[in-house]
Amino acid sequence: MEIEETARGATTPALVRAVGLSKSYVQRAPFSQKRFVIDALVDVELEVAPASLTALVGESGSGKSTLARCLAMLEKPDGGETWFEGEEISRATDRDLALLRPKIQMVHQDSAGALNPWFTAAQIIAEPLDIQRRESGPMLRSRACELMEEVGLSANWAGRRPLEFSGGQRQRLAIARAIALKPAFLILDESLSGLDLSTQAQVLNLLLDLQKAHSLTYLLISHDLSLIGQVADSVAVMHRGRIVEHGTRQDIFTNPRHAHTRELLNSVRLVESSFRTAQAGGQQ
Amino acid sequence: MTHAQSAPASAMLSVHGLTVQYSGAGETSHPALLKVDFEIKRGEIVGILGESGSGKSTLALSILGLLPKSTGIAGTIRFKDKDLLLLNESGWRGIRGARIAMVFQEPGLALSPVMRVGDQIAEVLRAHRPGEGKQRRQQVVASLEDVGLVQVERIYKAYPHQLSGGELHRVAIAQALACRPDIVIADEPTRSVDGTRQAEILDLLRETNRKFGCALIFVTHDPALLAGFADRVILMYAGRIVEEGPVSQVFRRPLHPYTKGLLKLVPTALQSPGRPRGQRLPALPGSLSDSDHLSPGCIFASRCFARTDVCQSEPPGEVVPEQGRRVSCFNYGN
Amino acid sequence: MNYLERRVIHGMLLLVGVSVLCFAFGALAPGNFFDEMKLNPQISPATVAALRSQYGIDQPLPLRYGRWVRSVIRGEWGYSFAYNCPVRSLLMVRARNTLLLTTLATLLTWLIAIPLGVWTANRRGRWDDRMGMAGSALLLAVPELVVAMLLLYWVVRTHGLPVGGMVSVDFDVLGKQAKLIDLALHLVIPTTTLVLASLPLLVRHIRASVVEVLQAPFVQAARAHGIGGARLLFRYALPAAANPLSSLFGLSVGALLSSSLLVEVITAWPGLGPLLLEAAMARDIYVVVGAVMASAFFMIAGSILADILLVVADPRIRLGSL
Repeated sequence: MEIEETARGATTPALVRAVGLSKSYVQRAPFSQKRFVIDALVDVELEVAPASLTALVGESGSGKSTLARCLAMLEKPDGGETWFEGEEISRATDRDLALLRPKIQMVHQDSAGALNPWFTAAQIIAEPLDIQRRESGPMLRSRACELMEEVGLSANWAGRRPLEFSGGQRQRLAIARAIALKPAFLILDESLSGLDLSTQAQVLNLLLDLQKAHSLTYLLISHDLSLIGQVADSVAVMHRGRIVEHGTRQDIFTNPRHAHTRELLNSVRLVESSFRTAQAGGQQ
Repeated sequence: MTHAQSAPASAMLSVHGLTVQYSGAGETSHPALLKVDFEIKRGEIVGILGESGSGKSTLALSILGLLPKSTGIAGTIRFKDKDLLLLNESGWRGIRGARIAMVFQEPGLALSPVMRVGDQIAEVLRAHRPGEGKQRRQQVVASLEDVGLVQVERIYKAYPHQLSGGELHRVAIAQALACRPDIVIADEPTRSVDGTRQAEILDLLRETNRKFGCALIFVTHDPALLAGFADRVILMYAGRIVEEGPVSQVFRRPLHPYTKGLLKLVPTALQSPGRPRGQRLPALPGSLSDSDHLSPGCIFASRCFARTDVCQSEPPGEVVPEQGRRVSCFNYGN
Repeated sequence: MNYLERRVIHGMLLLVGVSVLCFAFGALAPGNFFDEMKLNPQISPATVAALRSQYGIDQPLPLRYGRWVRSVIRGEWGYSFAYNCPVRSLLMVRARNTLLLTTLATLLTWLIAIPLGVWTANRRGRWDDRMGMAGSALLLAVPELVVAMLLLYWVVRTHGLPVGGMVSVDFDVLGKQAKLIDLALHLVIPTTTLVLASLPLLVRHIRASVVEVLQAPFVQAARAHGIGGARLLFRYALPAAANPLSSLFGLSVGALLSSSLLVEVITAWPGLGPLLLEAAMARDIYVVVGAVMASAFFMIAGSILADILLVVADPRIRLGSL
């Protein structure tokens, strides 16, 4: 397995490449001259290999979401370059962006907030198709139903509104919307946080199936190392706006180099080992 | 070891036949809790393990009388010889925060954004000990120190948005402990929390159980958190208790098929980092649906790998296979 | 430049804009002060023309505006044809009277609306809430004109209070305490009218804000800690609702000012309202501009005050949230 992974990394060019990205936020309190400067991203370098699942892990406040937003072109970084499919996109014009957006899609953590509560499921999925004029009329609805079935939701529920779905089902809906335009790159920003273990497993399996079927490339952002350890090909660790370590899953988990990575792994280790101890003696 | 093992056992909280049915538009017709029985002894740490929809949050809210007024509640909740369900609102106020306290999931949301954090803890003290005005500030400072906070002056005067996530969690726990309650209910306190802070919160809760002897009811969906932490675990599914027992025994030898399935879901990334890529994860098939609620048999039957004919025609009764354990299944252990 | 400075400068620019518009509309409206005179056969057209040129009405608009601005800088605020004096002296007295009335009405309205709004929010859905909502709807539906007239009618019938005006005829000879009592009695009708007119909408808004806050998780958490009753409402719910309520305050000041102009006319309260009405009808253009500017000033001041209140009340804005 490792040989295949490193070989892939060596020969195929990266689908997405961030070079020296930086972004800061400035905030000012109303009656004073005091300014708070937050360095969200500091000289970030990241590569995502095609058809892989790259995980971006870090604590809250480490800058993962900011990086995601910059890669999804929802925000402009202050400095650095972003390359997609071999082309530099950080200076893209609005025209170019319009062509580029269908290829890069994002699934957010808060599905209830990311989906319009007034729309039906079919309308939510059909929206990008409609805006990009991929389909029209009755074809819109039938394509939306197809996508619903593909993510494991019954097409009978096409008329329901997001709040009538459970958390896991809503995430499936968000995923259906994200793959509607057949993107090449899907960013999952903490999309699995806050879900039950069994729902998480089901949604992850769905994502793996979709990846095989559509040759998708994933950037999975999470603070949960145990989760990432189950599915990632390569892992990038973020801490205070910087990428402190980046390697294959095997490397990171068995041979972490940076102190922060070791710290993150330790807490996972503790929880897992007490669980294993409790289970010791065999089951079934 | 937890406080429970050094003190004499006596049931402090005992719940019998608790059935809760929400009413009102948009609510389902099946009960959120069905005939729930269990006991909590002084100083114990009990984990309530279940997924969304299992009724665990409803259980937590019903112990504190925080369900909407229109909810149908049957059964008894005895706390130190008092039936809590017979209390009126002012009776409840004497219990909440003073004898039974709750730590909410997101402390940032559980605190008022426009009041200083120290004042909010003082409010809890004031509600239960109206006379001791002058010492209140010292008590608040003491409770903040109890949870391991160091820059107490700064934190006392701060508003929630000025504190970090870790500090907020500790403040929420300090607030719950302020009146030294007998039972603390922690409702998924580590959901969506980073790994390092998760460990800190668990350590803190364990510490307070040891130091103050308060019983802890820890509600969660993640079995891994209860290992090495809780004394007993109660598994809930669709508003029913399906299994109960000491944590080490249940995890070593789960009896109910749901428990077995749930335990298999716990990630073991560190043990098998070389897992072949793209391999699917183990998952429980299907999900709880309305037809399950309508079926005359076991509610878990449609998802159960050990299902037999009797499971679909009759609901399983409770079985006590050994001391301290119980399970609701016809085919337990298979 | 900080927030407050920016707001003040913004307000001043706004006032300039108001003056320009007011001037423009005034000039566009047909007729001028001296048209009345034209109807009088004893005054020759030549006299009228001479008066017009003396007061500069025949000048082009921008020039007149320039002269007016200079007059403002000098402190005169233009010239009133009807009263034959600088506008300023008229404005000061009238503006003071309006300020007295509207400040009192604002204070009373809010003092009543807050507890009422919080109370009905807490009792949402119960019988006293429903009655309160029905009552407020009724009051909302009745125009303040009618309210004022009804009150005046009742006063005329019962001779309990003075019927309109600000002070009695013999005000100047009264002792200090008697003067205050006299003023207070005259204030009752106009203030009551204004309060009754603004109360229903305000109560509903406060109720809505508090209802929303009561659903917030931290209120549930406070309940879970045993805090209840009035403490929960006034120490937890209301302060958190201060944010939307502060914006409401700015709006309510503006609304109150507009209704006060009408109420002043009906109850003969000598404020900006009657002045404005008279001047508009007589085409006393500079008085009109002056009165409108005074109203606009009060409104902008009220809105800046609301912004300051917002910063004071909400620590997230005051201390910056990160």
